[in-house]
Amino acid sequence: MSSRNNILKRVQQAQPALIPMPADLVSAAAGDVHRFTEVLQSIGGRVVLMEAGEDVPQKLKELFPTASRVVSSIKSLETFFLHDHAQMTHHSLEDVDIAVIEAQFGVAENGAVWVTEKDTIIRVLPFIAEHLVVLLRKEALVADMHQAYQRVAYDDYGFGVFIAGPSKTADIEQSLVLGAHGPKSMTILLHE
Amino acid sequence: MQSSHENHSTLAERFNKDEARVSWHDQTLWWIRQKRDKAAWSLGEEWEALRSQASQIKTHTLSNLSGYLEEFEANAIANGAIIHWAADAKEHNEIVHKILQDNKVTQLVKSKSMLTEECHLNPYLEKNGIDVVDTDLGERIVQLANEAPSHIVLPCIHWKKEEIGELFHKHLATPAGNADPSFLTNAARIHLRDKFLTRRVAITGVNFAIAETGEFVVCTNEGNADMGAHLSDVHIACMGIEKLIPLRRHLGVFLRLLARSATGQPVTTYSSHFRKPRQGQQLHIILVDNGRSQQLAKEDFRNSLKCIRCGACFNTCPVYRRSGGHSYHTAVAGPIGSILAPNLDMKQYADLPFASTLCGSCTNVCPVKIDIHDQLYKWRQVLTKEGYSPKTKTVAMKTMAATLSKPGLFSLAGKWGRRIMRIAPWLVNNKMNPWYKQRDMPAAPKQSFTDWYKINRNKASK
Repeated sequence: MSSRNNILKRVQQAQPALIPMPADLVSAAAGDVHRFTEVLQSIGGRVVLMEAGEDVPQKLKELFPTASRVVSSIKSLETFFLHDHAQMTHHSLEDVDIAVIEAQFGVAENGAVWVTEKDTIIRVLPFIAEHLVVLLRKEALVADMHQAYQRVAYDDYGFGVFIAGPSKTADIEQSLVLGAHGPKSMTILLHE
Repeated sequence: MQSSHENHSTLAERFNKDEARVSWHDQTLWWIRQKRDKAAWSLGEEWEALRSQASQIKTHTLSNLSGYLEEFEANAIANGAIIHWAADAKEHNEIVHKILQDNKVTQLVKSKSMLTEECHLNPYLEKNGIDVVDTDLGERIVQLANEAPSHIVLPCIHWKKEEIGELFHKHLATPAGNADPSFLTNAARIHLRDKFLTRRVAITGVNFAIAETGEFVVCTNEGNADMGAHLSDVHIACMGIEKLIPLRRHLGVFLRLLARSATGQPVTTYSSHFRKPRQGQQLHIILVDNGRSQQLAKEDFRNSLKCIRCGACFNTCPVYRRSGGHSYHTAVAGPIGSILAPNLDMKQYADLPFASTLCGSCTNVCPVKIDIHDQLYKWRQVLTKEGYSPKTKTVAMKTMAATLSKPGLFSLAGKWGRRIMRIAPWLVNNKMNPWYKQRDMPAAPKQSFTDWYKINRNKASK
């Protein structure tokens, strides 16, 4: 407690007189599917368009014919849904081939999608799987990060994350390798 | 760890012995600088507006830092986090150790945190019998090699893949001679996944802490911070008190700048917002001063606290690129490190503000508009006044000042200087003359400017 008060006192004495906060930057650009797709591809992700009438399990079979353990945090995907999520140890997800989640929106300027704990049910789910599949509505796109934070400005989440592409590293001689610790690929299923 | 008595130029000289390696290091970093330029320019006029905005938000924050710290603390506690305050590195390390003892844990995983490097947390914990595994690939590489990171964003930028192959062969039993980056990365993935699954405590750094919400954001490309934190029972987040920003929506400004400035990416793969602990999990946040309030009090150097640790000033610096991170013998190297370190210890880091050409490139690329090269210049003045400037430089400067203040002496010195360089060039072109290192002396002119002017002034007026 004494360190707390000492630090606060020292900071208070050291800081200059109050300088006002600048007004927010605003942007009027619109979220654009083409730009989102292009940027996501450039950072190692991919966008797959869902045709009307196509269903997710069928699409997954097409895209990942050899996957054995597929799990999802989306209730409507009955067969993949994590029914026992309240009891399971999260570590037991380590052999998941594909995690399927739904994102709240995407950001065109950087290919990121926003998901919170509510969307993944288990926090580690989008990180621990070998491949990540994200459902995203076409109209749920914003242009940039300013608009993104307008959307989540006062949301009450415990954990939230922008995910932009597969996990990656270039620590060895700047050679890009996909799949550092998290998913080796990220696929966005874009639907109406 | 570097010993404290070796200064930047001695350490740089050692790095410079391998010319091919220096060129490779230089070009790799320049390539990253070029990627940064491309990413910045892709935003057109927005880029400069973003830099100004970020700088002004930080200016404002620093003018009310005590208020924002209290606001952050109150909100974080309401979110269920446990807040600790550390006046210095020692107290920070002891707090971490106490949390481990309370939880009866002797092993942990750690994602990137330059603050814990600054506090020398790893050696402290190891001395106390704690097994620390760094999980960022680059940090794991330097940890296995028993080295400190040489760059805040690219910890093993000074390592060649063949050397990493050898290191992994020794420690992770990969086949000898395999230096393929994908293969080695996958070997590290398997090795570290086992650690993520078995360690109960995870330490992470903090990129931004939001006063308004009591949450903090951690940015990684690998996903190692998330794997560690979400699989742990105890998450310890360590942050310097200057990481505060007022509002959540300010993240829009900083996240647009950070990755573009660091690596030229539009954003890092993961920008993770930790607000409340997972059910059943402990979340500890350690707020560390360690000299920051002292730097805040110095008007000339206060702006250095705006730094968001992107590393752009490293990648552009002609001295950093050719001398390597370890020559700075401090956790945060490069231009920004050279203005932060003397605040912690003027004597030990007196050499760093002189490890610069003052070209100003660092200031031009800084996403929060820190006047880095001006501060380097100001530190030189402070250090000289306090008696910490290098001895040879002091003698040379005094001699020069004496000579320049007496026109007769100046003219005589010039005459003899020109004569010596013509008749006996070996007297100046030798190892005793520091200017002669890695460069030739210029050819001596026949006459001085004064002599030339005397002759030509009359000619011109005719």
